[in-house]
Order: sequence, then C-alpha cells, then structure tokens
Amino acid sequence: MDRMNRRGFLECMAWAGTGVVWTATGGILSSRVLPASAAAPAGGGSFSFVQVSDTHVGFKGEANKDATVTLQQVVAKINALPTPPAFVIHTGDLTHGQKAGAFDTVTEVLKGVKTDNVLYVPGEHDVFVDGGKEFLGRYAKGGPGWQSFDYKGVHFVGLVNVLKYKGEHIGALGAEQITWLKQDLAGLSSSTPVVVYAHVPLWAVYPAWGWVTEDSQQAMALLTRFGSVTVLNGHIHQVLQKVEGNVTFHTAMSTAFPQPAPGTAPGPGPMKIPEEQARPMLGLREVRYTVGTAPLAVVDSTLA
Amino acid sequence: MKAIARSKPRARRAILASVAALTALVLLVTPGAVSRAQSPVSPVSVVSIDIKDSKFIPPALTVPAGTTVRWTNQDEETHTVTSTTNLFASAGLDLGEAYTYTFAAPGVYVYTCDLHPFMQGTIVVK
Repeated sequence: MDRMNRRGFLECMAWAGTGVVWTATGGILSSRVLPASAAAPAGGGSFSFVQVSDTHVGFKGEANKDATVTLQQVVAKINALPTPPAFVIHTGDLTHGQKAGAFDTVTEVLKGVKTDNVLYVPGEHDVFVDGGKEFLGRYAKGGPGWQSFDYKGVHFVGLVNVLKYKGEHIGALGAEQITWLKQDLAGLSSSTPVVVYAHVPLWAVYPAWGWVTEDSQQAMALLTRFGSVTVLNGHIHQVLQKVEGNVTFHTAMSTAFPQPAPGTAPGPGPMKIPEEQARPMLGLREVRYTVGTAPLAVVDSTLA
Repeated sequence: MKAIARSKPRARRAILASVAALTALVLLVTPGAVSRAQSPVSPVSVVSIDIKDSKFIPPALTVPAGTTVRWTNQDEETHTVTSTTNLFASAGLDLGEAYTYTFAAPGVYVYTCDLHPFMQGTIVVK
C-alpha cells in the first residue's frame, strides 16, 4: 500500500456513515459517493440485504431514552430504501439484558420491515441471564444457534460467539461449532462468495475491552481459500473495517447507543452524550451483491 | 429490736431475689452476653465496591471474616457480580442497583462480570 497507513485507513472508515460505498480490490480501497436515489445494479442474481445490530431494546440512558423508538426509525429507513432487501440479518444484542417483553418487542417491530425473512444471532445481552435458553428457543428452535443458508449462489453462515462453551467465556466459538463450520464449508467451491455474521468481532479489535473472539483464527483459517469473504459483526456499536487478503471485516453501528472508539474512554460502555449528538452515530447497513463481482458492496447509513 | 432482727433475713432474701430477677432479665435481654464476654467483640461491617467504567473499584480488597461486601453499579451498562467458582452470583444490575454478599469464611475469592469477562475483582478474607 502507498501512503495509507492503519490510522489513515481507520479515519477513512469513519466516513462510511455518510452513504459512501467502499470497495476493496487486492487490498486497495476505492470509493464512490452514492446519490440518494441510487438503486442496486440490475442484473439477474444480484440482490441486497440489510444488517442491523445491537438494538438493545430495554435500554434507557443519556444517549437514548427509548431504544424501541430508534429501532422503529431504522425500520422506516429500511422500508424507504430504493430496493427492498431480500432479508435482514440481526447481529445480536436484540435486547438489553433480556428485559421482560423485550424479545417480543424486537420481533414485532422487525415484522414491520418489508422483507421476506429476518435472521438472528445472539449477543451476550440476549443470553447471559439463562445461558441462551430463551433466545435459542425463540430464534433457533432450541438448537445451538449457528446456521447457514444459500441465497442466489452466496453462502451465508451465522455463528454464535457469546455462549460459554466448556469453560470458555463469551467471545469464543468453541470446538463443536468450529467442527460444524468445517463440515458446512467443505463442499463449497472456492469461488462461492461467503458472508459470515456473528455478534462479537471475529478479529482482535480491542481485547482489553473484550472486543475479540479468542478462537476466531481457527474459523478464519477455514475461510482463507475462498475468493470473497465478507464478515459482518456487531457488539462494538461503531463501524470499523479491516481487509485481510480476500476477507473484509465490517463491524456495525448500533440502533440504540454509540460506544467509544477503542482506548478513547475509561471503558467500553454507552457514551454519555445527549440524544441529538448520539443519533448521527446510530444506523443500519445495506449490503449489495452483484453477480460476477467481488467483494460485496457495503453501504452504511445513519439515523440523522 | 426483736422486730428489726427478725426482718433482716427477709429483707436480705428479698434483695437477693430482686438481684437474681434483675440478672435473669439482663441475661434474657442480652443473649450471649456471657459468651461474648469471653471472646473479642467484632462489629458487623459493610464494605462498598463501585462498578464504574466497566471496572470493579477497588479491584482488590482485604476484609475480616464476616464482612458484607456491597457492590453498586454506577454504569449505564448492565453488569453482574459472579464468583468464578459459582459461590455467589448477582442478577444483572442496572444503573444504581446493588448486590451484597457476606464472606463468612477466610479465603481468596475471585469474581467477574458475566457480560464483560475482562472485568475481574478479588476479595481476600482473613
């Protein structure tokens, strides 16, 4: 790379909140600003989907008096997109601490999205009270929560990295899930685009604040052979991105409250700023796939 | 003279009886007063720990056996107080909520937060 060092990369990534499309080919970033009315390129097999994350329904704090209201605003924004998403992926922390009624609210509000399906992986706030019983019963038919499906030739994998597997703490995938992943990917050709989604970042964003998955290397090793891998995470309530060969990692904004950039505050908790200051730091993401191109285009947009 | 001489033993018995009654009353009202007098008096104490900026403050504490520790969450984020040996565990604590545990036995007690495993605290009980 020429003069783009890591800090410059991260500063550039901060612009992702203003409707800029970033694409990366061979590690080189290029961008173009989207006109507000741009629709996804026409072409058979192309589609888009939406990622929302960290909706924290039940949270009440300085940055947001009612997380349900901002979630409803995000749903309105999704329904205003020029191209309806094929489905919505929620990368976890649906609720704030499994508060009574919160899962019901999330499910009901997201039913208002004009889309065919909503997929969920849990955040730690969704599982710590009961070891995942409520979440997995509601969204995984009581199964382990990891999942995969194919859509128009793209392979999607949802991973769970917030449950305690055999003594590990949150921020781990566990041996059983990694074994499952290996079998799940085994039959795919390396030209299949792969999208992986999980709550806690699958790269070491900031371990001191728990922004890391301790055994993610084992999972990523299974993905390096693919020509296009897009990793979508949540948990840190801000957009950060990283490119590693053919793998692009993207963390997402929350729809509820922002968290500080790594190391810029005494702790990772909710930023204590007024609502009007927090709103431009909340948002959603649209991901677009065009047949024959790689990587997938990621477009972040904010609530204000 | 004879009347006074005769009344002295009765008065003495009456005084003895009242003293016995008073003593019994004192013993009833303050149970264990006799046994307590045989060992040093240890006052019941409550020690506070704050949970702030996703840290336990102070992170390490030494207390005498019998101390009650009271953790109070000062963060908007939810935290728990969870022993790493499953000895004690709070529910999720919101801002302003507290959890107490009384440490009866000497030992070293390590605890964490279920939502934030990078948080760690230690109570040394002597």
